[in-house]
Amino acid sequence: MTQLILYNTFNGLIIGTFYVLMALGLSLILNLSGVINFAHGGFLAVGGYLAYTLSPYIGFWAALIAAPLLTACIGIAIERTLIRRLYGRDPLYSLLLTFGLAFIFEDMTRAIWGAQGLPFTPPSFLTQPISPDFFFITYYRLFMMAVVGIVVLGLFLFLRYTRLGVRIRAGTLDLETVSALGVNVRALRTMNFAVGIFLAGLAGVLAGGNLSLEPTMGANVLMPSFVAIIVGGVGSLHGTLFGGLLIGVASGLTTVWFPSASEAVIYVIMAVVLLVRPRGLMGEEGIMS
Amino acid sequence: MSQNINCRIVRRRQVLQAGAAIGALQFAAPFIIQARGETPIKIGMVDPLTGAYAAVARSEVEGAKLAVQEINGKGGITGRPIELLVEDSANDTGTGVQKTRKLIERDGVSFIIGDVNSGVALAIAQVTNEKKILHVVPGGHSDAITGSDCHWNVFRVCNSTVMDGNAIADVLMEKFGKKWYFLTPDYAYGHSVQAALVKKLEAKGGKWEGALAPIGTPDYSSYLIKAKSYGPDVLINVMGAGDQVNSIKQYVQFGLAKQMPMGGTLFELESVLALPDDARAGWWTYEWYWNQPKVPQAAKFVADIKKQTNQIATARHWFGYVSIHSIALAANQAKSVDSVAVAHALEDMKLPPEVGLIQNTAYFRKGDHQLMSDVFVGQAHGAKGNPDDLFEVTDVVPGEKAAGPVEQSGCKLTYPA
Amino acid sequence: MRRGVGPGVAAIWLALLTAPFWLPLVHGYEALGTRVLVLGLGAMSLNFLLGFTGVLSFGHAAYFGLGAYGAGLTLKLLAPSTPLAIALGMLLGIVAGAALGALIARRRGVYFAMVTIAFGQVFYFVAFRWNALTGGDDGLRGFSRQPIDFGFFKLDILNDLTAFYYFVLVCFAIALGIMAFLLRSPFGRTLLAIRENERRARFLGIPVEQHIWLSFVISCAFMSMAGTLYALLNNFADPKGLHYTQSGDFVIMAVLGGMRSFWGPLLGAAVFVVLQDYLSSVTTNWQSLIGLMFVVVVLFFPRGLLGFLQRKSQA
Repeated sequence: MTQLILYNTFNGLIIGTFYVLMALGLSLILNLSGVINFAHGGFLAVGGYLAYTLSPYIGFWAALIAAPLLTACIGIAIERTLIRRLYGRDPLYSLLLTFGLAFIFEDMTRAIWGAQGLPFTPPSFLTQPISPDFFFITYYRLFMMAVVGIVVLGLFLFLRYTRLGVRIRAGTLDLETVSALGVNVRALRTMNFAVGIFLAGLAGVLAGGNLSLEPTMGANVLMPSFVAIIVGGVGSLHGTLFGGLLIGVASGLTTVWFPSASEAVIYVIMAVVLLVRPRGLMGEEGIMS
Repeated sequence: MSQNINCRIVRRRQVLQAGAAIGALQFAAPFIIQARGETPIKIGMVDPLTGAYAAVARSEVEGAKLAVQEINGKGGITGRPIELLVEDSANDTGTGVQKTRKLIERDGVSFIIGDVNSGVALAIAQVTNEKKILHVVPGGHSDAITGSDCHWNVFRVCNSTVMDGNAIADVLMEKFGKKWYFLTPDYAYGHSVQAALVKKLEAKGGKWEGALAPIGTPDYSSYLIKAKSYGPDVLINVMGAGDQVNSIKQYVQFGLAKQMPMGGTLFELESVLALPDDARAGWWTYEWYWNQPKVPQAAKFVADIKKQTNQIATARHWFGYVSIHSIALAANQAKSVDSVAVAHALEDMKLPPEVGLIQNTAYFRKGDHQLMSDVFVGQAHGAKGNPDDLFEVTDVVPGEKAAGPVEQSGCKLTYPA
Repeated sequence: MRRGVGPGVAAIWLALLTAPFWLPLVHGYEALGTRVLVLGLGAMSLNFLLGFTGVLSFGHAAYFGLGAYGAGLTLKLLAPSTPLAIALGMLLGIVAGAALGALIARRRGVYFAMVTIAFGQVFYFVAFRWNALTGGDDGLRGFSRQPIDFGFFKLDILNDLTAFYYFVLVCFAIALGIMAFLLRSPFGRTLLAIRENERRARFLGIPVEQHIWLSFVISCAFMSMAGTLYALLNNFADPKGLHYTQSGDFVIMAVLGGMRSFWGPLLGAAVFVVLQDYLSSVTTNWQSLIGLMFVVVVLFFPRGLLGFLQRKSQA
């Protein structure tokens, strides 16, 4: 029994890191620009598909970097032409816009790459389990955890020590003052959006190794990411990190006793958090009144 | 500031003009496959062209289009050409019902074909029954369609879950053993496949455990952990569409293919193609397979589909093909497009070999309107030369044998007075 | 509430009353008209909260779906009575709305929207997974709308679709009447005040949270009524009706038609339903076109069609 619990907890951690990757990107965009990016799942799919298309030419590893970068470029283009116009307005409009974009992404990926699921495979040395006993821990999943770990570390270092990162953090707290201090807020928002989309694209490449590539692949991950943000606390990146891992582990653990409730437990946690501590486990009161 | 407003108004005006132009076309005719000649006979096809089942739905439509071409080339139905009107149900019941009403009320179709999604198919069947329109279900697998919820006007081409389960259960027990672990999707299709297999297994004294996984589960590690710790002779994977692809991909990545054999009922060619080569394994039932050296007519069908779609012919193409041809044959035999007459003609009608495309003769059983066609049992494998030949058929089980007696289907048909 | 729309409103009612007759003439069909009415009611219910109270709920389809399941389960398990089905479906929606509204009445803006989305998905999830009760992904079947016995005559809404259309129209009219009455009352005026400037309303001593909660519950009530009618239209209820994509559809209908006007959402619903119906028949890329419509409306017509027309008439 303890073995089963350990296995599933570790498994939950692996799943959780994936949620963290998606949720962090969403959170970044939400915190600075107040935009709920419904199209995040669409960007994930685009990242995965681009990696699939590029890897025969440049290999898996180059595609791992190139695909998210390309996706981020698409994100920049969309932010500058469409989303930018909506910043001053009621959050309703950016919600509707990204909602419509999600439709367009799903349809365009289907039109370009076909409705058929596509087989994207990482290099074969990765898709082996590390041992017959721990068969569910493949090198690929460890690799995923490592990538997410590096990215999260990089993100926190970036936000803490680089000028752009500090400005983003400042902007989350008080954008008006940041602007008054002479920072180009427009460029700041664009770069922030690009970072968020980069994370989504990266999540897509990683997901492609584990799941089949299809136009609807992003939709399933979007909701748990929302929950991770709400549980962790809107406005707090640490909270999002914690929230993602928490719901991943909770989901994994529930499978030991109630496998059919493993998805429901995510929402139960969210409901409890909203009842007991509405600002989230690590959120700050009033950040997103 | 005012210049800004002017710019927006100008752009807005252009948008409005474009919109008005499109709006003028608001109520034009839907997407149709044209036919020349006299008053055409319209057949409506409702399938989920967008959404999770888009790939298989589109294959069904292609098969139907091919059949329409062939029939129109030979004079059509009772001398009139067929017009195929295709509508997207978007995998949503409300939309499916609405489109069906649209096809029947506005477009005046004589027959309806659809849907891949059993839930949608059943909801559409309520409408077609109300309107007394013949309805062929090409690829919806729920047993209820030719069982507890059967109607006089509804016929089904693809197998019921009982047929598939019965065909392969003995093979799996002989090959592997009687201790099974089920990975089943938690909806009606999954439950009924599992029930059919369990019935056969328990009848021979086998034992089993299983897990119900929600549709859309991305990660199967916890289920596979449980499966492995149970130590079954064979893992029965009942998942469908994208979920099956994901679960098998992970099963192979975890190295379980060498330790725990896998089998089940359906593992459609579309899903096999979505998997990398080393993940193409296990023992499955196919409702139709393209590579049948003993059936010469199949080769022509495969070639025609290849030419039309650039894809290998799958069971789904065949479902659409058979649906249209069956309607045409029955209508020609009854010399009428009245649904009651055509339904009577379709019962027990033997499909000719160039339509059945199987070794035995296919026909719609009278008691429940289920097509009795061959069930192909065999093993999936990676590409060995021909990249499309991914399944090796070891047994061909005739439909009646797999289906069991019609009394057990639970279907009671009552024709209108 | 602007005046000068008297003849406009009369025209709308005339069109609605005679729809079964002119719909086939413009290449439409009756079920389309009923669908427009049902979804239009949903959009107008949402707009009670969105356009008139200024609160964005993006998970409102949950109550639509709850109404549908409530009605379906009543017909299937309790009694073959259409009025009872509608009543119980609405009750389910009202109770859920009251509970949820109390939970989140303090939040606003983006956070409120997020939470409504998340809770909406909870209900979706329950409907999806509680197979035994709801039929799960296959949906709830095995019920159909029952003819209504008024004593002196029987309204066969089961087999006579035209009769059903008029039945829906009557329900629609009742709902609209109540909503219009509420919006014109002092309560409604207070909601407008809250929409315009919440802080000032609070300083005036208005119990803002309570008003928002009430507005939420009222909009949930009529949204679930729309849900019951939808279940009756299809003789079916399924989880899709609860999904956030359905919520998004309702919001775009309200915005497309014009959030600031009472009839705007109905117009938006008509355009959206007809457009979706038409586009999905002519191309499999209709999703892109609908998505594009979302984008165009947000960027160029944020005041919606009616807002745009009003501007033009005033210019």
